[in-house]
Amino acid sequence: MITNRRTPVFLHLFFLVLCTLMLLPLLSVFTISVSDDVEIIKAGGYSLLPRGEWKWDAYNLIFKNPYQILQAYQVTLLVTVIGTAGSVLLVSGLAYTLSRRDYRRRKAVSFYLFFTMLFSGGLVPFYILVARVLDWRDSYFALIVPALINVWNVFVLRTNFQRIPGELIESAKMDGASEFRILFQIILPVATPAMATIALFTAFGYWNDWWLGLLFINKPDMNPLQLLLKNMLSNIEVVLARMNDMPQSLRAANLVPTEAIRMAMCLIAAGPMLLAFPFFQKYFVKGLTVGAVKG
Amino acid sequence: MRSAPKKPIQWELNLLAFPALILVFIFAYVPMFGVVMAFQDYDYQLGFFGSPFVGFTNFEFLFTTGAIWKVTANTLFLNAVFILAGMAGSVVLALLMYELTNKKAIKTYQTILVFPNFMSWIIAAYMFYTFLNPRYGMLNQALTGLGLEPVKWYSDPSVWPVILTVTSLWKGVGMGSLLYYAVLMGIERDYFEAAAIDGATKWQTIKKITLPFLIPTMTILLILSVGGIVRADFGLFYFMPQDSKALYPVTDVIDTYVFRALRNMNEPGMAAAAGFLQSTVGFFLVLGANAFVRKIAPENSLF
Repeated sequence: MITNRRTPVFLHLFFLVLCTLMLLPLLSVFTISVSDDVEIIKAGGYSLLPRGEWKWDAYNLIFKNPYQILQAYQVTLLVTVIGTAGSVLLVSGLAYTLSRRDYRRRKAVSFYLFFTMLFSGGLVPFYILVARVLDWRDSYFALIVPALINVWNVFVLRTNFQRIPGELIESAKMDGASEFRILFQIILPVATPAMATIALFTAFGYWNDWWLGLLFINKPDMNPLQLLLKNMLSNIEVVLARMNDMPQSLRAANLVPTEAIRMAMCLIAAGPMLLAFPFFQKYFVKGLTVGAVKG
Repeated sequence: MRSAPKKPIQWELNLLAFPALILVFIFAYVPMFGVVMAFQDYDYQLGFFGSPFVGFTNFEFLFTTGAIWKVTANTLFLNAVFILAGMAGSVVLALLMYELTNKKAIKTYQTILVFPNFMSWIIAAYMFYTFLNPRYGMLNQALTGLGLEPVKWYSDPSVWPVILTVTSLWKGVGMGSLLYYAVLMGIERDYFEAAAIDGATKWQTIKKITLPFLIPTMTILLILSVGGIVRADFGLFYFMPQDSKALYPVTDVIDTYVFRALRNMNEPGMAAAAGFLQSTVGFFLVLGANAFVRKIAPENSLF
């Protein structure tokens, strides 16, 4: 099959067209972020490619008044780092235990986890639990703790750990290693692709999370990035009002590049993820294995 | 491993599993007991134990106002479209990708196809807003350019089933195809060599070798998505139409309805009732789908 196989040109053509289509929305956001509002209005609308010279005014204005975006970045960064570290630690501990065929409660624990994929109490009890009983409104706890354990990730990791030859664990035990050492010094290094995939997905989950923010955060200073963006999409004034350093001449002449600022903020928020994920991509295909819930 | 002597108490393993199990208990099992709220006239002051029980009043209200029927119909219809379109698109893309030989090209295509998966629905809403903005958006520019009437995208419900399907595909099809591609990568090359020697055509090879390898993964994902068919992707339905009231007839789904009932209408009991219906129906759908698969192809069932 490998020999004598030449890819037909039309197949590449198909993928090139498809990839271009996928990228169009990103491209147009970038174009608007470097365009002039006046020009947009004069030309009758947005364009896919910049009409004139690239203008960085929107970025300049944002970086001159970075308070809000920095605040949101800080919240999101903290939540992502702590959440991902905690999640990977706890999930891999549970996955390792489940991967051990000699673990006595393996069946019961698997069912306990699996059942949560089938049935849930729904949004309202969850909301009341976090907002009223635990009283985590406007706190980091609400943004981090509820998302720590993803059952799907537990199963994916467990399946990956099970592929590691049992002799490795056996011989480590002979040498008197504890389960903790086996997990951290033998299992985790061998399962790097799976670990990297899980860590990446968890980090993305935290970075992109708007759900917990939408439910539990009201204080503007506790807004994660996504929530700031959400508020800005419906009301750009949210951002502009807090830009102290805005030249009065711009404001007076109604020349604030609103559209450009909006899209620039969107890119500033999405940027780190766009840059980060290609580096992890080599692990995806190896690390992603579904059909793995069965055990 | 199987011959390993069992320790009487595996306290180290228990300890490793324990913190995660506690968290699952708090955030997944405790809310399950909270479904009792669906039968209460829930009052934040009185709380879970103090609020009066009202039997099926919440449910009656949902059904008699007719609200639940519309959002349930929207949820089922759009999710069914997403599931079918998503699965077909992902499988076809994976098969096509498998035909490529140039490693660099494969990697580049995959990177681009997968990137939307890492964008939140809010970011996606920004991106598609550049096309859908009624005044400046590129779609309306194109329409007027062609001499057609511009469309008020955010107040015309009739176009939204298509928009939602396209955006759902845009975001999910790349990652979906990667899942199937990963399965294809695991097929032994011997099968294809044997088929080539026997003079099999490309189509025969796909039908007899490649697809059968994908069926187990397809089945399991399908069972799970059938269970999830009553559960809408909140972000897609809330942010993409920018919560425009004019679009509710098409874009309002169970999840957005429950959210509004809880946050805007301040009707926690009613919201809990809708959520309870959703969870229960989803639960039985998964069991049903699994029982069905177990009957026709036991090896592919989920449990």
